[in-house]
Amino acid sequence: MEDRKFAPIDENQGGTAIASEPKRLRKRTKTFTDVMLSVQDLHVSFKTFGGEVQALRGVSFNLYKGETLAIVGESGCGKSVTANTIMGLIPKPAGRIKNGKVLFKGKDLTKLDKSEMRKVQGVDISMIFQDPMTALNPTLKIGEQLTEGLRTHQKVSKAEAREKAIKLLEVVGIPNPEERMKQYPHQFSGGMRQRIVIAIALICEPELLIADEPTTALDVTIQAQILELFEEIQERTGVSIILITHDLGVVAKIADRIAVMYAGKVIEIGDKREVFYTPQHPYTNGLLASVPRLDLKEEELQPIEGTPPDLFSPPNGCPFTARCPFAMEVCERVYPATTGLSETHAVDCWLQDERAKQVIGHN
Amino acid sequence: MVSHQQNVQVPDEWFKPIGKDAEKAESVVRPSLSYWKDAWRRLRKNKLAMGGLVFLIVLTLFAIFAPILSPHNIETTQYANQNLPPSSKHWFGTDDKGWDVFTRTWHGARVSLFVGVAAALIDFFIGIIYGGISGYKGGRTDTVMMRIIEILYGLPHLLVVILLMVIMGPSLTTIIVALTITGWVGMARIVRGQVLQIKNYEFVTASKSFGARTPRIIRKNLLPNTMGPIIVQMTLTVPSAIFAEAFLSFIGLGIQAPVASWGVMANDALPVILSGHWWRLFFPAFFISMTMFAFNVLGDGMQDALDPKLRG
Amino acid sequence: MAIYIVKRFFMMIATILIIATLTFFLMHSIPGSPFDEERTSNPTIQANLEKFYKLDQPTHVQYAHYLKSIATFDFGPSIKKPNESVNKLLARGFPISFELGMVTILVAVISGITLGTFAALRHNGIIDYAAMAFAVVGISVPNFVLATVLIQQVAVNWNLLPPATWSSPLHMILPTLALATGPTAIIARLTRSSMLEVLTQDYMKMARAKGLSPMRIVLRHALRNALMPIVTIMGTMLAGILTGTFVIEKIFAIPGMGKYFVESINNRDYPVIMGSTVFYSAFLVFMLFLVDIVYGFLDPRIKLHRKEGDA
Repeated sequence: MEDRKFAPIDENQGGTAIASEPKRLRKRTKTFTDVMLSVQDLHVSFKTFGGEVQALRGVSFNLYKGETLAIVGESGCGKSVTANTIMGLIPKPAGRIKNGKVLFKGKDLTKLDKSEMRKVQGVDISMIFQDPMTALNPTLKIGEQLTEGLRTHQKVSKAEAREKAIKLLEVVGIPNPEERMKQYPHQFSGGMRQRIVIAIALICEPELLIADEPTTALDVTIQAQILELFEEIQERTGVSIILITHDLGVVAKIADRIAVMYAGKVIEIGDKREVFYTPQHPYTNGLLASVPRLDLKEEELQPIEGTPPDLFSPPNGCPFTARCPFAMEVCERVYPATTGLSETHAVDCWLQDERAKQVIGHN
Repeated sequence: MVSHQQNVQVPDEWFKPIGKDAEKAESVVRPSLSYWKDAWRRLRKNKLAMGGLVFLIVLTLFAIFAPILSPHNIETTQYANQNLPPSSKHWFGTDDKGWDVFTRTWHGARVSLFVGVAAALIDFFIGIIYGGISGYKGGRTDTVMMRIIEILYGLPHLLVVILLMVIMGPSLTTIIVALTITGWVGMARIVRGQVLQIKNYEFVTASKSFGARTPRIIRKNLLPNTMGPIIVQMTLTVPSAIFAEAFLSFIGLGIQAPVASWGVMANDALPVILSGHWWRLFFPAFFISMTMFAFNVLGDGMQDALDPKLRG
Repeated sequence: MAIYIVKRFFMMIATILIIATLTFFLMHSIPGSPFDEERTSNPTIQANLEKFYKLDQPTHVQYAHYLKSIATFDFGPSIKKPNESVNKLLARGFPISFELGMVTILVAVISGITLGTFAALRHNGIIDYAAMAFAVVGISVPNFVLATVLIQQVAVNWNLLPPATWSSPLHMILPTLALATGPTAIIARLTRSSMLEVLTQDYMKMARAKGLSPMRIVLRHALRNALMPIVTIMGTMLAGILTGTFVIEKIFAIPGMGKYFVESINNRDYPVIMGSTVFYSAFLVFMLFLVDIVYGFLDPRIKLHRKEGDA
């Protein structure tokens, strides 16, 4: 998308701007220029008993070095599939990449064979899973689970690997790391386990960290600690992070940019502030309106009515049409083109069309 | 976000609001069938399981009618007809007493099916009462009842059955009694597990708050939701009971001639390995195996159909 | 762990006690006691019985004495053969039965796990279908049917292998095959389903995300977890194999304990039936105890469970 000229953002344009700026929602100070990962027109389908599910229907975005990109959306919108595709974890033969590229530092990961992909997995790109209670193998000591990746990919001695693992456990905040190395996952609390999972992901010093709902399964207080750990790690190592979540609170805390997914497509992408304050897609709007906030009364919470479309036979037009308060005939018929609103902000919505603005304006 | 429709000409009149259509948004969800209908639909797709079901239906019909319709006498020894190979008169040949193996096979089917189904049904009743109470009451009742089960589970079942059969003497009743004395434990465990899993579901709490009494909760809410694994367990109890009966017959604890089970027939026919009267062994052995096979594939199919989560 | 073992140990003792008691009272409930003098035609036998069962004493003394005998591994005399006792039969027959059982388990475990693992890894592939077809047939065909078919075809018709006895490794092939097929099928099915479940676990995905070799992922991460359920069914499996030895030994004329046991059933040698049942039960319960301990070592979570119990 970097080659596209985006029109400057119009501050008065539609969308409900959120009133007060939360403390953590800082103005972005860093600017990111080096593209590390470029996902281009990715289509992924799964064969199931009921037919073919088109999980991803043309997903494109860039990830810059050192930034945190949040991918948000309802469950089933394709955010986890996106993560798994980048990571090379699409189960075959049920899942298939039908089209598109995943360029990691210029190399198309979708073209790699299994053994080439293994040299990327855990080394260049690591993944953190949703539920720390199940992500660790219950029958192996955590020391082994920590060091095995390192020992597979790099020529290091057992002692060296151990030393590195212990240091890393310290970094992620596990007390008594030497003793803890000998213990099994069930001997740790959920928050501790997630720290271990993070340590495992970091052991080969990857350049990209994909975190799939890393805090969803945790208590709120632990969530905050884990998010702080992410920030700390990013500051320390400069790792890029893709954060998959449906929790806008998490996004507000640590994301630099936000991609909103709906029914297998990225429908809006932009700088965190842009997406939060001037959301352009009615779905993004709805998403933001459905988040409970301390500064609003409870009855003002607005759920988005209806359910996402069936991805066995996705609609031709915009998939949000049936739930959209601004739906027009055109939305049903044709999928909207991407409209650039700023250097960073872009949206797929017919409301951006001049003709639509008149219609909405009359209402 | 690829703009593949950028060049599409869109007429102006398409830009009029049609409003949100929440009903439509809901309607795209695929139709939901009832649990049983859905299970039946899945089972019907499983050809092997349906084959098993058809086989069992045919087998049952034959077991009911074939002995009635058969012209052959299997009560008095007929030395003239000893060990005849299969022919148009004796489809499955005859045995050393001159009895028609075809007729005996269906008598055997009656015994085997009766033992299997009776054992499964009795297991079911005991298991559902014991397991249901244990799981529903919970607390100390549950602990004590489960401790008993734990000990009973440790008993070597077939040995206890042998012991009981030796003491009580072989007969249809004693086989069923012996098999159920040891067999209900597995069913009770499954029922308890199901009940425990389900009893904390919100709808049970809901009916409790409406003042529904315990038996009503069990009958109306728990039972329909626990049936899946229990039906599967029953389906799989039948072949194991048939096997146990055949096994007992084989070690000399079977129901004796003329209305003998398949196991007894096979046991009686053992010396034929050397004499070459293969049909005497083949038919009972074939039907034991086929019946067990049919029940096993049907049970597996039902497991898949009733619990699609477990589907591999 | 120690408390776990002690607890299992006492459960084992309790189970054996129940079986011994059950046996004792069942034996006494036989109409026309098996110890009636009319039944025993031989004075030596009568003397043996009197001595072992203390028939002149009241029932509770008999019971106490019986339990004491069992505790000292004395399982009583034979009613039919004057110079036989369960202990003598065991000494002769059990080593052979044990060998048959052990070889069978070894074959069943190795081939079952291999088959199940490959089936799961090639889920819905040809290997999977073939393995599962084998498994459902293997479960459905009773071992005595398989045994007779094997003798008829392999030994008699094709003359490839000896049809009976247990005198050389070659002789062992058919009985082992007949006895091991069922357990192999059960283990294969269980391994497959448990493997399929393990393969969908998050920690498997994580192992793949680490870029580990497929070999390591299967052997180190999947198999150990997938084998847990196999260990838990080993108890019932052992019981099945043990009772299976009865018919297999009968069919193949193997002079093991099973053959004597079936003999004693056929000629209603009650004391031998009782003695063997108690011995076999005790043996099985002991094996179950061992299996539980092995499970405790395999699954680290059990140890924690104990520690929590201690605290």
